[in-house]
Amino acid sequence: MAKFRGAIVVDTEHCKGCGVCVPACPSQVIGLAEEVNSKGYHYSFMANPEACTGCANCSIVCPDGVITVYKVKLEV
Amino acid sequence: MDIKEIIKPENLVYKKTGLMTDNPLSYCPGCGHGTAHRLLMEVVDELGIVEDTIGVAPVGCSVLAYDFMNVDMQGAAHGRAPAVATGIKRCWPDKYVFTYQGDGDLAAIGTAETIHACNRGENITIIFINNGIYGMTGGQMAPTTLPGMRTTTSPYGREVEMMGNPLKITELIAQLPGVHYVTRHAVHTPRAVRKTKKAIFKAFEVQKEKKGLSFIEIVSNCNSGWKMEPVASNIWMEDNMFPFYELGDIKIDGQLVTK
Repeated sequence: MAKFRGAIVVDTEHCKGCGVCVPACPSQVIGLAEEVNSKGYHYSFMANPEACTGCANCSIVCPDGVITVYKVKLEV
Repeated sequence: MDIKEIIKPENLVYKKTGLMTDNPLSYCPGCGHGTAHRLLMEVVDELGIVEDTIGVAPVGCSVLAYDFMNVDMQGAAHGRAPAVATGIKRCWPDKYVFTYQGDGDLAAIGTAETIHACNRGENITIIFINNGIYGMTGGQMAPTTLPGMRTTTSPYGREVEMMGNPLKITELIAQLPGVHYVTRHAVHTPRAVRKTKKAIFKAFEVQKEKKGLSFIEIVSNCNSGWKMEPVASNIWMEDNMFPFYELGDIKIDGQLVTK
């Protein structure tokens, strides 16, 4: 079976840290950062980047549309 | 494999549609409005009807919808979006016209306009965001507020004897002969978002075929008004809102769905 690796890029300045993406991720990749952005929100980031499969579940539930998703197919 | 090797333009799977402007959304963190806006614009983008789409922005939290949606928009008086949309659609029958309204706007202040536009069977699409509260003005009780739900104007919970029963306006509208497609969805999980997007696609198709009005209710959270954290409010919504406002199709192709 082909395996996929993914990665997300969060627009940290526009992320409001609502955390809706955290339970939406089936691989528990996303966490909320200790640091804050200029508005004081704990933005989301890839806490466990190895597990990301690029399924895009986080980005389709993100109310602010700040998550961009990339995916590659790994040759086995 | 390094993350930098994955993040390349050719590996892109998902990004925010270009029909959403770069203005930061004015909604509270975790509010379903942002997701609903984006879904609507994704559908318009994928159908390739950008030049032919006209939206009507209401009064309420989504009053600034025209700042975020990069299509032609028209403002309307509180609750009167279906009336304005009727006028636009009758002037330009081949354009796609949608209204985007909240529950205070559609189910309280604009009940008359909503019901009559639906009964006349105008070929428009109504997107109805139901969060059971007046969000923008500070969380007052709306007609759609659940029994026992605390709001700033029902601080001990909504008492049905004194304040009346919640209004299921979507079921009410489904009875009208002019309405072709009525459905209720949510935008809090990936699965729900995908279903909602399909429903919006169908609504625009109904409008294209000039079959009648299409009405989509999106049950959403109002975490600020409900005084909860975003994720907790979504769980509360699943536990309390969904048993009362059951998700699913209510009327398809002009026929009521029997359950």
